[in-house]
Amino acid sequence: MSPDSDLQRPGAGANAEGSTPNRQGNGGAQSGSQTEALGSSETGNSGAGSGAQKSSDGRTNGSDAKSVAGRNGATPGLKAEDRGGPGSWIDAPIASARSADGISRTDRRIARALGWFSFGLGIPQVLMPGRVARIAGLENTLGKRQVIRIIGLREIGAGVGIFTSQPKPAEWLWARVAGDVMDIGLLQLALANPNTRKGRWLFATANVLGVTALDLMEAKKHTQAVKGSGEGMGLKGRTAITVNKPAEDVYGYWHQFENLPTFMFHLESVTKRGDNLYHWVAKAPLGRKVEWDAEVVEDLPNQLIRWRSTEDADVPNSGSVRFAPAPGNRGTEVIVEIDYQLPGGAIGDSVARMFGEEPQQQMKDDLRRFKQVLETGEVVRSEGSPEGTNAPGQLTPRPAQPLP
Amino acid sequence: MKANCWIRPTQVEVQEVPDPKILNSRDAIVKISSTAICGSDLHLLDGYVPAMRKGDILGHEFMGEVVELGKDVKNLRVGDRVVVPFPIACGACNACQAEMYSLCENSNPQVGLAEKLLGYPTAGVFGYSHLTGGFAGGQAQYARVPFADVGPLKIENDDLTDEAVLFLSDILPTGYMGAEMCDIKPGDVIAIWGAGPVGQFAAASARLLGAERVIIIDRFPYRLEMAKEHTGAEIINYEEIPNVREALKELTGGRGPDACIDAVGLEAHHVSLPVYTYDKAKQWARNESDRPYALRQAILACKNGGTVSIVGVYGGFVDKFPIGAIMNRSLTIKAGQCHVHRYMKPLLEHIEAGRLDPRFIITHRMALDEAPHGYDIFKHKEDECMKVVLSAN
Repeated sequence: MSPDSDLQRPGAGANAEGSTPNRQGNGGAQSGSQTEALGSSETGNSGAGSGAQKSSDGRTNGSDAKSVAGRNGATPGLKAEDRGGPGSWIDAPIASARSADGISRTDRRIARALGWFSFGLGIPQVLMPGRVARIAGLENTLGKRQVIRIIGLREIGAGVGIFTSQPKPAEWLWARVAGDVMDIGLLQLALANPNTRKGRWLFATANVLGVTALDLMEAKKHTQAVKGSGEGMGLKGRTAITVNKPAEDVYGYWHQFENLPTFMFHLESVTKRGDNLYHWVAKAPLGRKVEWDAEVVEDLPNQLIRWRSTEDADVPNSGSVRFAPAPGNRGTEVIVEIDYQLPGGAIGDSVARMFGEEPQQQMKDDLRRFKQVLETGEVVRSEGSPEGTNAPGQLTPRPAQPLP
Repeated sequence: MKANCWIRPTQVEVQEVPDPKILNSRDAIVKISSTAICGSDLHLLDGYVPAMRKGDILGHEFMGEVVELGKDVKNLRVGDRVVVPFPIACGACNACQAEMYSLCENSNPQVGLAEKLLGYPTAGVFGYSHLTGGFAGGQAQYARVPFADVGPLKIENDDLTDEAVLFLSDILPTGYMGAEMCDIKPGDVIAIWGAGPVGQFAAASARLLGAERVIIIDRFPYRLEMAKEHTGAEIINYEEIPNVREALKELTGGRGPDACIDAVGLEAHHVSLPVYTYDKAKQWARNESDRPYALRQAILACKNGGTVSIVGVYGGFVDKFPIGAIMNRSLTIKAGQCHVHRYMKPLLEHIEAGRLDPRFIITHRMALDEAPHGYDIFKHKEDECMKVVLSAN
């Protein structure tokens, strides 16, 4: 599914730049069928306001086109800076400032090169193990040939794995590292054999060690990117839902910030500390908590609430929610944006984990529960999802039978 | 309590499970008197609907007595006798207010997979996989009914037996909606694929809505005979008359049926073994989730400018879809999981007035404990099985 579907409103209120939805770009994004989006620096094919802009590395579609284009969901009265300028992150429903998972283009290329390398090594190993044995200085026996064949199959497997797991090949890069360690071990065993030719053996071993170093480095980088640890990253997101209630009700409920934890599952509490000042407590994994104070910096009744953490916050963050009447008495369109600036280290890591692998999905779930609370009075629960709408829970729902 | 649970593809089992509890303030707990096995349960049984988990309680056609109420249900009282519609609907969202209850925007808490597979999620449904919310079903002694202030239909008339009203929960409204979507006008000939329970009710409803003639297509003589006897339908056994389209043309002076109803769905059969094997293999290889023979034929058989109404269940994707026929011949496709709430009251009136008597489809009555056997004979059409009703308490 394309992540932009929530906000796709062709023809709805052209934004300040007077752009129109970029259908082509959108098609590209859908073919990518990713649920994540790129960061501002790499917003793939952001059509709105800037024409079909190419991303910094030129990727516009295919499996890399993770972002979304053609967004034209500008709310009437939205200021230009609210949209962050043409082609910026705001064109993506959620954009991670760790540009494209924090993996540089070079690292992506190296990972792919390693994939090709796996094929380059694996295919000759399977087809002509004898020759490979000779090159490596090994004795050309049936047993050795069979071992080399098996290693070749492993290599091909790793190659396939790296390509099919794009853009997140971390596990397969680790599989390569494990394979390298195994090869080094086997070469050590071969050294004990008097028939091994030492010069060639040394050459082969040096090559394996070199590749091992590269594999290890890339595996680490890709793993880090997946974990979301590292310096100065951010989580930005935007999503929307229509609530079948007048703007006064919808705005009114959100304006009671104490209500937020009823539908934002990562929050434990929000407490009023003063005029426009609230204390937020978020639940991080492993029972940890992240707390901050945030003040309401803009408040237009029935239209907009914008808040921002105070200067001393460990995790600087800000957010806004807009309310606009949906056409034809369909209720109120609610558009939420959040922006967390994650510091490095444990706290940043906790917050990154709090939002999980798919922060966009979590925001959507929050808004679905918000809609449920406003329209039906409470969060809807089933036997399979007794906690209510919750993306991680849906991956492993409990059976649809009553709770004990 | 006892409940019929899904174990793995092709296996269900009656197990002892915890009693349901109120989870939301608009819930009711219903002590189930009668419940039925639906054709769509067979799709779940065989694993064609994704997202089943071991232990899921099946069943979405049930009725019984209210034994407990959440604090916000004001229109029901403990002791009320109710029929429960299979879609769970909040009554407050845009879809519910447009009476599209099976598209309720709030009742499905497990939307992720549905959104990926279908584009947008649909309503929660009892006992119908985690694609529709992971709600425990009604082939059990008790069930929790969410939004009990919106869905359950109170049966005030004690003269109406369970068997007379049970099918208001799903298949009678489903068949009726199938016929209603045909927008029947005087003189219309309606062709229906599938003489199962929904097909039977679609035929009866088409007559009720003024169809001139109804033609029903199936391969089981006992089902065809039932339709002929109880709905006055003309019949085509596609195993005896393989060229169904030609037969329909003959029966309609070359015009073709004015509207066609697909009451078969994703596990259709085909008289040609190679064609059947082709789609079955694609399905097995997960290249195609649904076998659409009935639908393909219904589209090609429908007259120019006619309507194809789909109430048979489909889950995902099909091959060789005759879009050229639809476009060039100005066909209208209408489809949907039934918006049951919309039809319950008017159909109850038809039943009370004697214009509809849904009891004729019941061929087997058994206790809840025998549910696995019920699935078995229904699936394999043994013992001329048409509809199994289970008594739960």
